[in-house]
Amino acid sequence: MNCSRGLLLMLLVASCAWAVDNTPALPTEILQQRYRALTHELRCMQCQNESLADSNVPLAADLRLQVRELLVAGKTDAEVRDYMAARYGEFILFRPRMNWRNAWLWLAPAVLLIAGVAVAVRIIRRRSRMLAGDDSPEDGLES
Amino acid sequence: MNRFLWPLVGFALLVIVLTVGLRRAPDKSIIASPLIGKVAPTFDAPDLIDGTRRVSGVALKGQWYLLNVWGTWCVGCRAEHAALLAIHDEGRVSIIGLNWKDDDLAAIAWLAQLGNPYAAIGADRDGRIAIDWGVYGAPESFLVNPEGVVVEKQTGVMTPEIWRARFLTHLDSAAKAAP
Repeated sequence: MNCSRGLLLMLLVASCAWAVDNTPALPTEILQQRYRALTHELRCMQCQNESLADSNVPLAADLRLQVRELLVAGKTDAEVRDYMAARYGEFILFRPRMNWRNAWLWLAPAVLLIAGVAVAVRIIRRRSRMLAGDDSPEDGLES
Repeated sequence: MNRFLWPLVGFALLVIVLTVGLRRAPDKSIIASPLIGKVAPTFDAPDLIDGTRRVSGVALKGQWYLLNVWGTWCVGCRAEHAALLAIHDEGRVSIIGLNWKDDDLAAIAWLAQLGNPYAAIGADRDGRIAIDWGVYGAPESFLVNPEGVVVEKQTGVMTPEIWRARFLTHLDSAAKAAP
């Protein structure tokens, strides 16, 4: 028991050494949290399905350094995202922002929902009218 | 009849949209640069060969130039070197090199061995200039017009075919517009 606990502790300690980003922490805990969040939601451009935080290519290290310096310089999260998107395009953002080109993607679910509700309401109205024995049943709905 | 028609029309539309989407699906390994059509990022780097001089965008204003990002560690750069030499010999535009995160001596040795197509080379030792240009993999080449606007970009190896088809056309139309 004691032995396995010791082994577990050793593994936990070792896992720190496996982290890709082993640069020193930022001056405050809040900055460090924002840094961690931002580097996880920015894409590494060379190994596209990894985030900056997870990638060990040199460019990712350079971009992490850039994020760090922008944060220390007092930039907001949005300003850091803008900075990256201005250079590398929207593709660098794992969470795409709404713009006129992708607006229909954002709006499509709402439009489809409204259309579906409209169709359902029409069918329900027609059925209830028929059940009520309305004298003018429309085209051949199966009873 | 009518009740089957509308679902059928909807399905046909969906097939058309998806077919067009698949046909036009971009190559995911090449990301369109947001810089095209925008003013080129300012840069000011020490000259690789003569450390007392600077290579800067301000000094290049008023002329066309091709900014080529390279490094001796980059396999594609070796592959495109002959094409760069040909562009240099053609004499239509000067090529400005940006030596990205490289060893200075290795870079100078490379030029001595393979020939130097560059009018000047900036040494971007810490990679900050490359970040400003949105570079994510060498080689990359940007064509900048006399107003300082990026008009074209090649991500990856430059070839004579790509040069003629996508870059030279800009120089040709500019030459026609202002004879």
